[in-house]
Amino acid sequence: MRDLLDDIDRWRTAGKRIALARVVDIQGSGPRGAGAAMAVNEDGEVIGSVSGGCVESAVVTEALAILSGEQPSRVVTFGYSDDDAFAVGLTCGGIIHLFIQPLEW
Amino acid sequence: MSPYEIFSSHVRDNSPVALATIIEGPNVGALLVVTPQGVAGGSLGNSEIDRVVSRDTMGELEAGRTIVRHYGPEGQSTPEDLIDTDTVRVFIESFSPPPLMWIFGAVDFTAALARVAKILGYHVTVCDAREIFATRRRFPMADEVRVTWPTPMFEERGDRLGPRDAVCILTHDPKFDVPAIEGALATKVGYIGVMGSRKTHEKRLERLADVGITSAEQLSRVHSPIGLDLGGRTPEETAISIVGEIISSRTGREARSLGATDGPIH
Repeated sequence: MRDLLDDIDRWRTAGKRIALARVVDIQGSGPRGAGAAMAVNEDGEVIGSVSGGCVESAVVTEALAILSGEQPSRVVTFGYSDDDAFAVGLTCGGIIHLFIQPLEW
Repeated sequence: MSPYEIFSSHVRDNSPVALATIIEGPNVGALLVVTPQGVAGGSLGNSEIDRVVSRDTMGELEAGRTIVRHYGPEGQSTPEDLIDTDTVRVFIESFSPPPLMWIFGAVDFTAALARVAKILGYHVTVCDAREIFATRRRFPMADEVRVTWPTPMFEERGDRLGPRDAVCILTHDPKFDVPAIEGALATKVGYIGVMGSRKTHEKRLERLADVGITSAEQLSRVHSPIGLDLGGRTPEETAISIVGEIISSRTGREARSLGATDGPIH
């Protein structure tokens, strides 16, 4: 998140609403560890990354749904498990858990 | 200032800070900004969970760790207390460089200590002047293996060492351990430990006196012989006794069994 602060500050100064997505846990192999972060503003602009490109576009969709109030702040999981295969996964076969919330703190 | 502003100003100043965010349970999204001094902003909803989570967050921050922890709604953290209650999951994210451990001497004890230090979140550097021993193959668990003498190592980067960091000198060789102790004493490192028998320790004190290290204040910083008196023998047991001593010297506890003491555990 360290790398995102300059852009987040710029967006905040411009009065943009922002959703923050942070990796809270990885099971199996994942390209980025816990703490990897990306941010999405209300215009759909994106900074940072959480997986090296595998799930970012799905994260943007989730983040915009959370910003618009269609979805609450929550943990979103991407990847493969025995029970069900999610539409979006990591090429490396890991499972990634992200917490997405509006940056209103 | 908002919690975000408090948090980002600490990050920009390179001063350690952590975020503890509720990711599941009541008050999802509530967060605390925590520094080594305590809560700097925000709240998780009640003072009891704030107290417990900030305490744990300070510990994670000290170790530079990022982790998810589980609590009850009032901050209960023991498994018995969590039965039949809603679970609150808290994402604790530390923003600080990991503490450093420099291990001098590429010996069997070094490999075990490096492994245990990694569990505790240290960035581990193994240092030995002997090229055939100080190899990545022997210490794959270390973050870095340096072939060098102690004096140039401390001259090059001794100023990086601070109170959270540790220097462990396992060489058994006065050629190596006297300059390593001298170098470490010239830094702000929090823990200095030196391996050796009691006899070696006595001889080492004479050699340190020869180079002018005699003051009680300096010698009190040097844990020698290294480690807690656990009675272990193997490299792994020794490693546990060393990190146990590092933890107890940081917390100021006497490292006795909790069953033999009273008062608060944390």
